[in-house]
Amino acid sequence: MLRDQTLTEAYTTPGRHREVGLSDGQVLEMYKKMVLARTIDERVWTLGRMGRVHFVLTSAGHEAAQVGAAFALRPGHDWILPYYRDMALVLTLGLTPYEIMANFLGRRDDPCSRGRQMPVHWSARRLNIVSGSSPVGTQVPHAAGVALACKLRREDRVTFVSFGEGATSTGDWHEGLNFAGIHQLPVIFFCENNGYAISVPYRKQVACDNVADRAPGYRMPGVVVDGMDPIATYAAVKAAVDRARKGGGPTLIEAKCYRFTPHSSADDDRSYRPREEVDAWRRRDPIVLFRQYLMASGLLDEELDREIFAQARAEVEEATDRAEACPYPDVSELYTHVYAES
Amino acid sequence: MAVKTLIEAIRDALFEEMRRDPTVIVLGEDVGYRGGVFRATEGLIQEFGEERVIDTPLAESAIVGVAIGAAVNGFRPVAEIQFADFIAPAIDQIANEAARLRYRSAGEWWCPLVIRAPFGGGVHGGLYHSQSVEAYFTHVPGLKVVVPSDPYDAKGLLKAAIRDDDPVLFFEHKKAYRLVKGEVPDGDYVVPIGPAKVARPGRHLTVIAYGLMTTYALEAADKAAAEGIDVEVVDLRTLYPPDKKTILNSVKKTSRALVVYEDNLTGGFGAEIAAIIAEEAFPYLDAPVMRLAGPDVPAIPYATPLEEAFMVNPEKILAKIRQLAAY
Repeated sequence: MLRDQTLTEAYTTPGRHREVGLSDGQVLEMYKKMVLARTIDERVWTLGRMGRVHFVLTSAGHEAAQVGAAFALRPGHDWILPYYRDMALVLTLGLTPYEIMANFLGRRDDPCSRGRQMPVHWSARRLNIVSGSSPVGTQVPHAAGVALACKLRREDRVTFVSFGEGATSTGDWHEGLNFAGIHQLPVIFFCENNGYAISVPYRKQVACDNVADRAPGYRMPGVVVDGMDPIATYAAVKAAVDRARKGGGPTLIEAKCYRFTPHSSADDDRSYRPREEVDAWRRRDPIVLFRQYLMASGLLDEELDREIFAQARAEVEEATDRAEACPYPDVSELYTHVYAES
Repeated sequence: MAVKTLIEAIRDALFEEMRRDPTVIVLGEDVGYRGGVFRATEGLIQEFGEERVIDTPLAESAIVGVAIGAAVNGFRPVAEIQFADFIAPAIDQIANEAARLRYRSAGEWWCPLVIRAPFGGGVHGGLYHSQSVEAYFTHVPGLKVVVPSDPYDAKGLLKAAIRDDDPVLFFEHKKAYRLVKGEVPDGDYVVPIGPAKVARPGRHLTVIAYGLMTTYALEAADKAAAEGIDVEVVDLRTLYPPDKKTILNSVKKTSRALVVYEDNLTGGFGAEIAAIIAEEAFPYLDAPVMRLAGPDVPAIPYATPLEEAFMVNPEKILAKIRQLAAY
């Protein structure tokens, strides 16, 4: 179901990134992050099949949307409330491959929770990445509250909150957008619409054609962007960030993308997604498309590309070895951090 | 020292804390110009303005969710749920988010948040303006659950709750708001969260209560004294985490325990107190631990005789005291 084939036409125009304010160095860096995320992704699925990681859920297919968005934000300054699909996002914002592997393995150096939460519940105080839970959509009102605090202190920080299209059905989602709209808070609501909430397709999930169509009801612009295109996503998020920083209020951005794997290692998508559909989307793999774009723009050749992939593999290899050598949390930690005084 | 009602004491605490700490904000339905449907926040918006006294949309989950976000980002929100009966839509935000944030991030994130909610019956509130909901939350480590029974404690405990670095549920009994009066100092003081107090010392048996039931238990104890039964009343004040020491010390002294609560009998918070006593003070007991609570019906009906039949009152407590003393 290629709902949005037309969206990505401009993607093939070489040098287009400069028009949206991205340097040659930046787009190459974006590509490296996408490749690194995909490399981690593939490694954790392997570790999952080996029984060394107990739960796998990754961002394959969403890399362009997430890396594009991350490049529009100021890490450690802006506030981030991600969701479980956002590994490429948090990697780009500053979590290291080692930290991500420690998270998947539930080790002591897991920066998100020291092995308490299932993997992919991203958190890092140093990066203003706020811990989230598994019930979807609950982070949306938190984002409004975080942004309210920024507004009360007259700061120029924006709050970026992401979710899948399934989360847009929850009451918390609507309540959060309504609150942000009423107070015109500096929030970027970022929907990574991959067409499925586990198995339930978009047409059974959302009553309107686009998630972004809901935005006017919450007094904010709604933007649909091709989430397989990091430059388009960057441009959309950057415009929203710039406006929010200047007191212009919230934006709802819907990045149309596709997940290349089942929902998680506990899922089998063959019962609900035709293989032809998956194959069709895989032909628009954001990494492949972006590689072509960078080559057409004269920024990448076969040799550099091989180096980038080799570098990513080496980095992930090293991170995996280190994370596997990292001890589990001590059993005494079961009882800590219940309250401030414990 | 001035004599004040319980709700005046709560209002005093809000004013003083908002003056003391600019990060304290108040949010909820009708907390602004209306001053709250019970007047708990009356006058706050005039002194502190619309930025710090926020009338929210009618959405309990957002009230708590937004408060969590603001708390994560350096504020100390005091969220009001208009009636405890309406807290259910916010239970996910309270139990899964606020309570678990510190634990799930291994101490990296936390939310200093107070959720105030008027609860309890005896006010012709029918099914949905009368409930006791504390037992939904006394099962959730990470939360603190506080129920003041007199104005002095209400002010001091609310100040402690606002200064606490963890989420505190602060349940205020609606009938006690104007019924219960007491001396309240004008200046700053804090009643720490945690310790229960012996509200009335006695030798023959212990009544353990909280909220309006403490007031009623004290009334019943006075009447029992006239009959020669010397009742000790323990006011829990903080339900969770429970102050086992004060409860057990009292029961070990008197050897008889009656737990009084307004909530439905089965699975109410008093059941936990009875379990603590049975488990940890069994050798000291001269009688079975007794409970007096609301019946196991879904809620408190509106019609006066039905409401009165539901409610625990001083007479019912006195009858149970006699039964326990005679065992």
